[in-house]
Amino acid sequence: MITFKLNGQQRTFDGDPETPLLWVLRDFEKLTGTKYGCGIAQCGACTVHMDGTTRRSCITPISTVDGSEIVTIEGIEGKEAEAIHKAWVAIDVPQCGYCQSGQIMSAVALLQVTPKPTDDDIDGAMAGNICRCATYHRIRQAIHDAADTMEG
Amino acid sequence: MTIHTIKSTRRSFLAGAGLVIGFTLAPKVFSANALEGVQAGGAETLSAMNAFVKIGADDTVTVLSKHIEFGQGPFTGLATIVAEELDADWSQMRAVHSPADDKVYANLMFGLQGTGGSTAIANSYDQLRKAGATARAMLVAAAAAEWNVPASEITVSKGRIMHAGSGKESGFGALAAKAATQTPPAEPKLKDPKDFVLIGKELPKLDTLSKTNGTAVYTLDITADNMLYAVVEHPAHFGATVKSFDDSEARKVAGVVDIKQVPQGVAVYADNTFAALKGRAALKVEWDLSKAETRSSDQLTADYAKLFGEKGLQATHNGDVDKAFGAAGVQSLEATIVFPFLAHAPMEPLDAVFIKRPDGSVDVYNGAQFPGMDKNTAAKVLGLDSSKVRINTQITGGSFGRKAQFGSPYMQEAAAVFGATDGTRPLKHMWTREDDIRGGYYRPMYVHKMRGAMDANGQIVGWDQTIVGQSIMGKADLDDSSVEGASDLPYTIPNLRVISHNTKLEVPPLWWRSVGHTHTGFAVETFVDELLQKVGKDPVEGRLALLQKEPRHTGTLKKVAEMANWGSPIPEGRQRGVAVVKSFGSYVAQIVEISLGEDGTPRVHKVWCAVDCGIAVNPNVIAAQMEGGIGYGLGAVLFDAITLGEGGKIVQSNFHDYRSLRINEMPAVEVAIIPSTEKPTGVGEPGVPPVGPAVANAWRRLTNNPVRQLPLVNVLSA
Repeated sequence: MITFKLNGQQRTFDGDPETPLLWVLRDFEKLTGTKYGCGIAQCGACTVHMDGTTRRSCITPISTVDGSEIVTIEGIEGKEAEAIHKAWVAIDVPQCGYCQSGQIMSAVALLQVTPKPTDDDIDGAMAGNICRCATYHRIRQAIHDAADTMEG
Repeated sequence: MTIHTIKSTRRSFLAGAGLVIGFTLAPKVFSANALEGVQAGGAETLSAMNAFVKIGADDTVTVLSKHIEFGQGPFTGLATIVAEELDADWSQMRAVHSPADDKVYANLMFGLQGTGGSTAIANSYDQLRKAGATARAMLVAAAAAEWNVPASEITVSKGRIMHAGSGKESGFGALAAKAATQTPPAEPKLKDPKDFVLIGKELPKLDTLSKTNGTAVYTLDITADNMLYAVVEHPAHFGATVKSFDDSEARKVAGVVDIKQVPQGVAVYADNTFAALKGRAALKVEWDLSKAETRSSDQLTADYAKLFGEKGLQATHNGDVDKAFGAAGVQSLEATIVFPFLAHAPMEPLDAVFIKRPDGSVDVYNGAQFPGMDKNTAAKVLGLDSSKVRINTQITGGSFGRKAQFGSPYMQEAAAVFGATDGTRPLKHMWTREDDIRGGYYRPMYVHKMRGAMDANGQIVGWDQTIVGQSIMGKADLDDSSVEGASDLPYTIPNLRVISHNTKLEVPPLWWRSVGHTHTGFAVETFVDELLQKVGKDPVEGRLALLQKEPRHTGTLKKVAEMANWGSPIPEGRQRGVAVVKSFGSYVAQIVEISLGEDGTPRVHKVWCAVDCGIAVNPNVIAAQMEGGIGYGLGAVLFDAITLGEGGKIVQSNFHDYRSLRINEMPAVEVAIIPSTEKPTGVGEPGVPPVGPAVANAWRRLTNNPVRQLPLVNVLSA
């Protein structure tokens, strides 16, 4: 039996311990904001926060989550998350939108560590998140905008 | 937030009482606990034309989009057109997918319901202006009757219906029920475009919020009680079929429910996704390769080149090309350009959910780009009358052409997988990324042979182009989609010949964002640039001189040159390239600035882009499509190829070897929209074609190496 905290609530899982966190979230917890994109940690669509840092849930066996704290797009909060959400909406970042949960999880984690990121910081934190619609131009802008509003 | 709350908010909004102009609502029959998170709006029965506008008692206006929303913005664009003629306030606008109906919701350019070819706005513009104006007239008639005042004295603005004389005023919702009973005008009066208040404005998109908080529901997110999850083991060769399989290990995997052969491979059914994947990995399948494509990409390239000089299909012949090339004092240039197969790789792979209802009918939830075709295909495979299948189109994680397939081959597989069960359990069928990358329906391989003739005065006097590759439309005769952009070359060159050869292979072809222009745009724009350089002409000025009969090409090219301050000094180590391509009725010119990256590949710093797409319905969406098209096209040109290795086996399998552009590779982009009073044309595809040749042109000028094979990076690192 695996026990973990999910968006602030205690959860358990007693299925196949190899099951990636991604499928536990989606199939068992019905939290479908976290997306499947590649299954091999190449695209970042499955990004969640595990104990405060970004984690590709598609390659994270649930057995390694025992005792950890997971936050998904449905549960993300705090001033960085608010600023990112607002900035994303203000300039209409998403197109198809499928990768955006992962993008936002990575962006929030970036601002939590680096409140005023440079373009290089953004490249470093976001290069693991693929957007096939190539909304990168607006993602970069929105992260800068969010950082600016957090300052104010 | 859980998916349950999504359902309740969505459904209460959509199921709210209110007016449905022009069609009737059938009762929703989803059982309360059978289905979670399904976006409503897809299961209605329609009975009349103008089935595009619903008004809720809460004043919301819902536009039924006959086009699928997979990121190119039809929800927002179509709602803008309706809101304009309805005089609605933007904040009250909503959009959902229409039901599947090849008549009522036909794409007026296709003759059946479908999204593609950058046609959503172009084919809907007049139709939805009328739908909005009709709804407005019916609301006004209802107000006139209610207030007992002449309709001619009533005004509508920002969602408020007003009569100045009596001081009466109302929102739309309060009059909606009465408006529904009014006779719609035969020919509603449309606005003079100079009076537009919403069209042409930077309106926020309707679908942004749900796509930033995890609540947007895609097909893959749909769950139902007791649902089966299914994946199919596919062959690694095109045209291969199952010879035999051993499922003994797979059946031991906890959660695997069943394993069955289907025409497309071997299907694994399980209680959850991971069990299905684990079961599939444990399968041992022997494939029959007797009918498979066994040639490698290198062999195909060689085979294609053998067709040069053979008699082909003549797409264009103006003047006398052979004479022009043989004339005294003429110098010529030749080039062969090789284009690889390309996968679309939308973020959400192909998927579908099937639910059989107690009456034997089946609900299908999927990203339907041709909903009517999907419906007929699912019905045929399941042995049902097509009236017993409902397609519930979902927002979709990208497509770029992948989800628009004649004959719905994906739906054939998904329905076969569902049909092989007893149907008592709902079923979700999904493709993994590997299935997607290796699944075919690629932008075909093409090989172009280019010949250009320049006379002693530096004029380009001859152009001879031969294009070898698969016909996307599966034609034996000339397929326009193989030659578009070349056969109608915009440049005035007196002797022009374009020849096409259709090839046959087992690799299924498909249109890929901007279709023929993906290769013709590259070939034409790199070759004309090279010819201009040979005769010592400036890439912009030289093009303009050849485009005197093409005012809209000229307009975008001049604009982009002005934006980039073309001709001004370029920073040390950098070079610029330009390209202009008309596709799908829209004109796009781009200038790129590049340098040599640390790894010896091009680093693209900046792209300036000018687009002329007629009336700009929503400049925000247009700019987004240019930005996205640039990134999509750039990634492919720099990194992407699907290659068939020795024996025809597909080499690539996932994003590690089929690269996508990443944020650190995305250039800064600046977009300008040319003001126009022409009818609007599309923007989903036209941003793609120019970026590749513009980069290649800059690269040639920077390094003296013309680009003869794509992708650029594979060639450079080979």
